[in-house]
Amino acid sequence: MAECRGLGHSVQRKEDARFIRGQGRYIDDIKLPGMLYLDIARSPYAHAKITRIHEDTAMAVDGVAAVITGKTLEGFKLAWMPTLMSDQQMVLPVDTVKYQAQEVAAIVATSRYAAADGAAALEVDYDPLPVVVDPHEALKPGATKVRDDKESNHIFHWEHGDADGTEAALAGCDTVVEQKMHLPRIHVASIETCGCVASWNPVEGHLTLYLTTQAPHAIRTVVALVTAHLGLAEHKIRVISPDIGGGFGGKVPVYPGYVLATAASVVTGKPVKWVEDRSENLQADSFARDYHITATLGSRNGKVTALKLDTIADHGYSDAAANPSKFPAGLYHIATGSYDLENAHVSVDGVYTNKPPGGIAYRCSFRVTEAVHAIERMVDLLARENGEDPADFRLRNFIKPEQFPYQSALGWEYDSGNYGAALEKAMDMIGYQDLRAEQAERRARGQLMGIGISSFTEIVGAGPSKTFDILGIKMFDSAEIRIHPTGKAIARFGTKSQGQGHETTYAQIIAEELGIPPEDIQVEEGDTDTAPYGLGTYASRSTPTAGAAASIASRKIREKARKIAAHLLEADEADLVWEQGKFHVKGSPDRAKTIQDIAFAAYTNHPQGMEAGLEAISYYDPPNLTFPFGSYICCVDIDRGTGQVKIRRFVAVDDCGVRINPMIVDGQIHGGLTMGIAPALLEEISYDADGNITGGNFMEYLVPTAMETPHWELGETVTPSPHHPIGAKGVGESATVGAPPAVVNAVVDALWHLGVRHMEIPMTPARVWNVLNEHGAAATR
Amino acid sequence: MSSHQISVTINGEEHTREVEARLLLVHFIREELGLTGTHIGCDTTSCGACTVLLNGVPAKSCTVFAVAADGAEVTTVEGLGNGGLHPVQQGFTEKHGLQCGFCTPGMMLTSKALLDENPDPSEAEIRWGISGNLCRCTGYVNIVKAVQRASELMKENSDG
Ligand code: FES
Ligand code: FES
Repeated sequence: MAECRGLGHSVQRKEDARFIRGQGRYIDDIKLPGMLYLDIARSPYAHAKITRIHEDTAMAVDGVAAVITGKTLEGFKLAWMPTLMSDQQMVLPVDTVKYQAQEVAAIVATSRYAAADGAAALEVDYDPLPVVVDPHEALKPGATKVRDDKESNHIFHWEHGDADGTEAALAGCDTVVEQKMHLPRIHVASIETCGCVASWNPVEGHLTLYLTTQAPHAIRTVVALVTAHLGLAEHKIRVISPDIGGGFGGKVPVYPGYVLATAASVVTGKPVKWVEDRSENLQADSFARDYHITATLGSRNGKVTALKLDTIADHGYSDAAANPSKFPAGLYHIATGSYDLENAHVSVDGVYTNKPPGGIAYRCSFRVTEAVHAIERMVDLLARENGEDPADFRLRNFIKPEQFPYQSALGWEYDSGNYGAALEKAMDMIGYQDLRAEQAERRARGQLMGIGISSFTEIVGAGPSKTFDILGIKMFDSAEIRIHPTGKAIARFGTKSQGQGHETTYAQIIAEELGIPPEDIQVEEGDTDTAPYGLGTYASRSTPTAGAAASIASRKIREKARKIAAHLLEADEADLVWEQGKFHVKGSPDRAKTIQDIAFAAYTNHPQGMEAGLEAISYYDPPNLTFPFGSYICCVDIDRGTGQVKIRRFVAVDDCGVRINPMIVDGQIHGGLTMGIAPALLEEISYDADGNITGGNFMEYLVPTAMETPHWELGETVTPSPHHPIGAKGVGESATVGAPPAVVNAVVDALWHLGVRHMEIPMTPARVWNVLNEHGAAATR
Repeated sequence: MSSHQISVTINGEEHTREVEARLLLVHFIREELGLTGTHIGCDTTSCGACTVLLNGVPAKSCTVFAVAADGAEVTTVEGLGNGGLHPVQQGFTEKHGLQCGFCTPGMMLTSKALLDENPDPSEAEIRWGISGNLCRCTGYVNIVKAVQRASELMKENSDG
């Protein structure tokens, strides 16, 4: 039999055939008959009363068909919408805007240009209000209150772990380091922005929503819930997520534009398209990070003992984070990382400011990046304080392989790991000792070279139904597989690829389980009318959840296939042996039936009393999360004249358990690393004191090009997840989580002898040069 | 708004249309002609998703008025393969030079122009050559490999 190319094969991607020909079908490629275009007028102020909207100024523009304001929506009880974190968020303001670039009105017109003209022509009168931008200021008594419907700017306090025990343990430490750090606002900036086409059919009371969404099924339910009072029902809502030009978490939320296009379609009776510009995308869509962390880490006799993190989280004007409902700070309590330490306590206080809402992913779910940044920076500092090399210090303090499954001080059960092996491999690959020698030599010559390590532990695959839900919906995911009579198959999933290559990797899992080659399996996702319900693709959850469902559904099919094979071979079921792609009778390998023979029989010659067909469905509830890990080593050179940090080499050893398609895994890591160095060196969405955004377009928000991106050097170790059906763990986000502290540690390492102990990110040339200058180390001419 | 009649040859086929003076070439290609392989990723001429070849030279079609392309020859991704697959398309597939595929048409056209000018570019030359095109998914390593592979294939083709 031809090899079926299941797990471990770098099968070329099925989706590429259309993409390389320009035949992908992205949101802006969808054009329906009679379609109208929607554009959005936005606020120039970060905080202001709207005294009047002169709708006539937009209506006077040629081609403008309708203007929708907050007052229009209020009539339908749609001016506000709920967020995932039990807060609410405006679709359009009825009277007050809360951040710059906030949606103020929607203009619907017969063409894209006319809609933009209408938005530009719309006159709005504002009364500016005082602005609060800094979350620390926002917490002070007498601060400008951001939300009229709330008592104060303090949204929530969340804490986890043993506060007293941690304080006591820190008091007993012989070495304690403390450091404040800010992980600034950043934006995923997928190259395709967000958009939708809403098509309301008044006769059938049916809504079709083409949407750039990573979670089509959940969106359908949310739409049904928030529009029930208008008569919409879930069976009359079809969400279609077409090809998506990158998501990274930015396409999880429901944006006002989606609701506006839907409302506009209902009002006009025509399909309505809304696709945002890049600047709108950066200025108004959900942001990531914005955690102000105060970290304390202590050791006793060289052993890491206690960790404390106190955190101010800037959420903007609404808590619209995308977390599982029971986790207001996501999985931040993975903060003990790869280290065996007994005492830990983390706290987070959420704060309102006059900025856009968010708190979503930037290729990392649930605040894991923030946690990893904190622990990996602190471990480095503590190692130095102990007078030890950061690599040796890590190797001594890692959780040991024999300690798995490992119960962390903050309550997680790590499934599997071998942290020392990954770090040692990375050190070998980069030639760690030689680099240290070179560094000493260069330092003597006045050159700035640094080596930084990050040994991260990720936590992905949300999640087990006992703790993980979004608005009550459990975080399972699904696979439905049907084998056709000729032995070909179709498989549908509750997830949605945004470039990860699901059409290929899911087919490989099924190929492995059933022996049907990947090219014979059609994989579909993203249409809520056809795919089984699932919570979607984010948080590196597709492989741990839907991938597992693919295995389980395949195994159900195999069980039925066994019965059919027994019938065809006139043998006892118990005497049949499965080898990839066929059953044979024990002891006589020639008496065999292939899965293709069996599929045909399932429709033509199935046993009496058995239902015809060969298909199965699985809604997989993972028993635990998975814990991918890795060790990264970054080597930088710093230009004393310009402050520019150049990454000379970057070695990344990842362990994501069993690899389905090594080529795709490497691609995920390459991309993840690039989105790891980006916030470390380049990207930040910042605001001035009046709440004006100062990084709201691609000229100021610097996404790495091929010039800033180094040639990534990858290595791997494989420690399977013991509870996942194929031992896989998920990999999409690991590199983005692990990379930033490696770069920071490298830069601090380069400057350590000057007395530098910390660097905030992004480490732009200006910031680095200022630090050099302060320490008398900037080159002058 | 003034309108003008223009004739543009796209992928070898001449199209004559009456267009508004301000219509962008990218919208002409996407909306008027329905060739949606050319994408839009920004509003500041930064991302290169809209790259086409304008008389053989890469141009960001979001920053060219359609009227300025009057009389020009334009190649979009749809015309790259000319029936089969262009070596660049083959290179991108073989080396996993794309993930979401959104930057890919622009990236491939830039790469083609680069190889037309410099059939055997070094890694540094490739990185410099594609630095006007942003990719958020791939981390560029495999795009570099894809261009190197395309260079090999083009040499094989011309030797063979
Ligand atoms: S669309 Fe970004 S450069 Fe043209
Ligand atoms: S492949 Fe997604 S932006 Fe390049």
